[in-house]
Amino acid sequence: MTTKFFGEPVRRREDARLIIGQGRYLDDIGSGAYAAAFVRSPYAHARVLDIDVSAAMDVEGLLAIYTYEDLTGPLAEPLPVLIPHPQLTAPRTGYPLVKDVAQHVGEPIVMVVATDRYIAEDAAGLIEISYEELPVVVGVDAAEAAEHTVHDDVPDNIAARHHQETGDVEAALAASAHTFSFTQYFERSASMPMEGKGVHARWDDADSSLRVYSSTQASTSVRAAIAAKLELSMEKVEVIAPDVGGGFGVKIVHPWPEELLVPMAARRLGHEVKWTEDRREHFISSAHERQQRQEITVGYDDDGRITALDVLVWHDNGAYTPYGIIVPINTATQLCGPYDIPVYRARVNSVYTNTVIVTPYRGAGRPQGTFAMERTMDRIAQERGIDRALVRERNLIQPDQFPYDWGLTFQDGRPLIYDSGDYPAMMAKLKVLVDWDGFAARRAEAEARGKLLGIGMAPYVEGTGPGPYEGAHVQVLGSGKVLVSTGLTSQGQGHETVFAQLAAAELGVPLEDVVVTTGDTRRFGYAVGTFASRAAVVSGNAVALAARGVKEKALRIAAEVLEADPADLEIDEGLVQVKGTPGASIPLRTVAVLSNPLRYAFDEAARQATQFSGPGDDSKPPVAVGDAPGLEHTDYYSPLRSTFASGAHAVVVEIDPATWEIAIEQYAVVHDCGTIINPMIVEGQVHGGVAQGVGGALYERMAYDRDGQLTNASFMDFLMPYSSEVPDVDIDHQSTPSPLNELGIKGAGEAGVIPGSAAIASAIEDAVGRRIAAMPISPTELYDLVRSDAERVTNSSPHDSGAMA
Amino acid sequence: MKPAPFGYVDPTSVDEVLDVLTSEGEGAKVLAGGQSLLPLLSMRLAAPTTLVDINRVPGLDQISAGRDGVRVGALVRHAQLLASSEAADVQPLLGRATANVAHPAIRNRGTTVGSIAHADPSGEMTAVLALTDGSVTVATPDGRETIGWGDFFLGPLETSVHGPAVVLDAFFPALPERSGTAFAEIARRKGDYAVCGAGVVVTLDADRRVSSARAAYLSVGLVPEVHDLTDAVVGQPVDTADWTAAGELARGLVDPDGDLHASADYRRLLVATLTARTLADAGAEAARRTA
Amino acid sequence: MTEVRTERSISVVVNGVPREATVPVRWLLSDALRHEFGLTGTHVGCEHGVCGSCTVLVDGQPTRSCLVLAVQVDGREVTTVEGLSRSDHQGGQVLHPIQEAFRECHALQCGFCTPGFLTTIAAGLDARDPSVEITEEEVDELVGGNLCRCTGYANIKKACRHAAATMRDEAAR
Repeated sequence: MTTKFFGEPVRRREDARLIIGQGRYLDDIGSGAYAAAFVRSPYAHARVLDIDVSAAMDVEGLLAIYTYEDLTGPLAEPLPVLIPHPQLTAPRTGYPLVKDVAQHVGEPIVMVVATDRYIAEDAAGLIEISYEELPVVVGVDAAEAAEHTVHDDVPDNIAARHHQETGDVEAALAASAHTFSFTQYFERSASMPMEGKGVHARWDDADSSLRVYSSTQASTSVRAAIAAKLELSMEKVEVIAPDVGGGFGVKIVHPWPEELLVPMAARRLGHEVKWTEDRREHFISSAHERQQRQEITVGYDDDGRITALDVLVWHDNGAYTPYGIIVPINTATQLCGPYDIPVYRARVNSVYTNTVIVTPYRGAGRPQGTFAMERTMDRIAQERGIDRALVRERNLIQPDQFPYDWGLTFQDGRPLIYDSGDYPAMMAKLKVLVDWDGFAARRAEAEARGKLLGIGMAPYVEGTGPGPYEGAHVQVLGSGKVLVSTGLTSQGQGHETVFAQLAAAELGVPLEDVVVTTGDTRRFGYAVGTFASRAAVVSGNAVALAARGVKEKALRIAAEVLEADPADLEIDEGLVQVKGTPGASIPLRTVAVLSNPLRYAFDEAARQATQFSGPGDDSKPPVAVGDAPGLEHTDYYSPLRSTFASGAHAVVVEIDPATWEIAIEQYAVVHDCGTIINPMIVEGQVHGGVAQGVGGALYERMAYDRDGQLTNASFMDFLMPYSSEVPDVDIDHQSTPSPLNELGIKGAGEAGVIPGSAAIASAIEDAVGRRIAAMPISPTELYDLVRSDAERVTNSSPHDSGAMA
Repeated sequence: MKPAPFGYVDPTSVDEVLDVLTSEGEGAKVLAGGQSLLPLLSMRLAAPTTLVDINRVPGLDQISAGRDGVRVGALVRHAQLLASSEAADVQPLLGRATANVAHPAIRNRGTTVGSIAHADPSGEMTAVLALTDGSVTVATPDGRETIGWGDFFLGPLETSVHGPAVVLDAFFPALPERSGTAFAEIARRKGDYAVCGAGVVVTLDADRRVSSARAAYLSVGLVPEVHDLTDAVVGQPVDTADWTAAGELARGLVDPDGDLHASADYRRLLVATLTARTLADAGAEAARRTA
Repeated sequence: MTEVRTERSISVVVNGVPREATVPVRWLLSDALRHEFGLTGTHVGCEHGVCGSCTVLVDGQPTRSCLVLAVQVDGREVTTVEGLSRSDHQGGQVLHPIQEAFRECHALQCGFCTPGFLTTIAAGLDARDPSVEITEEEVDELVGGNLCRCTGYANIKKACRHAAATMRDEAAR
């Protein structure tokens, strides 16, 4: 492989259209489509008694009203449980439209189709529904108490009991020199992409086929779901993810009710139908994440080395479990981060509440796990009077311990084995980057100004790039254009650029010649999807393999023409040439033409190719057995198991004790995602992740009241950070390539968000000297905390620790 | 999130505005900048039958700054007021408060008078109108009348103006001599509605001693509140005045509610802090203007 | 006009081109631009004026197009992201320096919020004296009113500085 584009900060291919307003997002498609709107439950838990649509029928422009009664066949069945798990003993999913009981505010009950969205909302507003209100369960504590139930047939509200352990934790705790236990809370936030969800469907009556555009992270699976639920044969359904305005996890869930109902309506009405989710709908009917209560017991020795860790997590999965228990499994299996913990037990109770479903949001359970682990580390340091960095360093997995087998099962069902890393070096870089050892002087300077300064840190390890597979198709056209397609989707990660870099590097062609398509089932039918920081790892390796297959074939054909050994050939700048022999060459595009024995001279490329076409061998068929016309290749990459990226963040906060405002003075990141394809894009991912981490730590929360009403379902009150709230980020890189794939890649998408709350909580605790036991935290809550009887804590400085240690 | 149906009319004179408000009745609503109204329409939290757009009425986009004060027409945008050095010279609070209103794109369209007529107790300009002891001019079919701020604001999003009426301007009296002002607020995110805000005026006597200290607060009451804090600092030399005591006095005078972003107690803390800080700044400015 | 209507004909100069349309009076400008004039570069992110994705220029001023009725821009000039590029001397199209800078500085990821940033920043840069070096306060003001969920803003701010520097170089020429 040439390395010309690999590792370079190549400018993004997709930007050319996006900066001039020529992107094509879901709502930009189908200007003549009918518009759908939904009547959604205003109650968190209510039985639907009667639906009266009579007043809506008079609305001019109304085209259709659908309720559960109108659903037929598989559509009338519950939505699928995408990822079943043996420990998910009580899985429950809703129906595309509420059948009897609405389980959260926002659940769709009636679908309205009209000539435009204004009119659809008019009609929706005139539909009268009578309800019987039922008792509401909000929050993990209420779910555990089970005074009321979400689902009648789940009396303890527990959907799943997940349990993993590496040894006898109770014995190990009993044998530990020191132990303590504590409980802490983590609140809800959400992916909240700038573009909500959306679906456009067009039914072709003559062909009995369906084309669906969805703002999704998994178009191939949406296709399969639509085919199954609408009882269509697979080849009659195509699904395309157009430009997608951000995903961050919420768009991996599928099929959303609307992904089935919009195609259903398009088919029944014989007309394009489109639903563009508005912001209020996104708040109350898409997915949230992160709420947990964590009960932690740790055993450790005099030096602060952990001897046993026992964690019980109460995880709020919302009203349904369509995405299985991936999020709490991530918490349970990723919690230990970079630390060598001899005996570990994780138990998770995943509980139902009358709230929006909980499915992965960037980080997907890991921010909570890191919060549990890192708050534990801080407490050990405080108990033992050891510098917080030092206690972490003492517990790190060492470079010679890889592969590090936890004896646990990861979320992909594979063994949890860390592939590579260098955690001591990473922590050393972080301490330099944030000047950990020189912090005392900064604190004193701030104190002189009447401000409280605090510092915190949090490393993490993230399983990335899980299988089962991704594939890619690479084809060289007679024009020289190189088509690359992979089935997974893009939501801003720059796949059009990085996959082009990989293909160009493998094939030896100019980057400009490569055109990448993602998420279009017309081009590639097999894919898993974009989640779990897996695109670069899994599709990236698949693209490289497919390009390599094309290259092999190209060299073979060119070798015949040039009468050379394929091993003596190379491709550079789109020219196949004999190494060291100037002039002995053939353009790759000509090889592409030669690869197809049928080549009418429609164009210059085909005409040129004739000069190379010899008389041929009459004893063989024009296309050899086992060969195929065309210069193309499809290949798949199926990883043995996940790769494990790592990183560490450090934060300095300044707090004004007159207002308890929390300002981030410094944010330092050391990041290791193995081999980097495009450092510009990786840094962009880190920046964005950090911003979401800061948002989740200090600003964002889904504020449900006791009745299950989301009280802040707007951008006015759900406080996503503007630039004024996001700190500058200092980044240092480290690269420990993954031994599991040939490119050495680990995933980078989610990393930036993972340790945010843990590091910021540590810094705030350091500044105010009071125990932080819940995140996020706002100034008003900090003010309450410092006036409460919350435990007082003192951190040892790097200079005076060690005496006790 | 699309507005419910309504009728729309954009008259070109105040008389026409009043005529159409009269004929359309209770369901008619005046549209000026629309930066508060349009979200309410899109969320269908408000559903007027008729919107009477006053943006084409000539003459309402004027700022007139005179010796006695600044008169701000109903179509003056926040950005326009923010940029007016004449207004700032007469009443510095106008620019200082307006700089805290949302973000530039909102300030380009939203109007000062509109935000006052909206009567949101978290609005900057409601507080400034109150602090400066200002008034509004209201046109009704019976004529024009001047309504002092205390009679104008009745409750959150509620004013004393009912029936066919349109606010034509707001008048902010000039800053008295030997006086200084300051304005500060604390918001969760820059540009958000304030969790708490304070505007203050400090006036000195000829010996640079505090003769008056008054403050108005945002987001602490149902209507803008002005509190006289003079007792805490009266007669004190401006350079050594105990502004913290004034802040503590204010803390005891306010009775805020708690909400998602701030408890009542926290708001009281911010009242104390912002009061002390803004009074110090205002005192320093008053001292400069007294020298 | 003193007649109460539910539909109105409007004349708007959109990106320099006079356009006519008949729109329901309740239509937001954002919807009219997207669905009546086919200018889908203006994106709708929240429809309550907070995110800034839909920001366009009305008579040159950055304005949330979800907080203005289409009927209200009758007789005005509207510039969308599609209209930020200018004609060069040879009759081709030249991107605004902030558009170039966004690509150069990786200031966009999913690209959904990008048009709102571009219109806002372009207007701000065009309105300032290009020969003066841009300050951090100016940059903060230019980017501070729009939400982006992807980039963390660092590269958007970098793009502002980059574009301001380009414009300074151009002005010096």
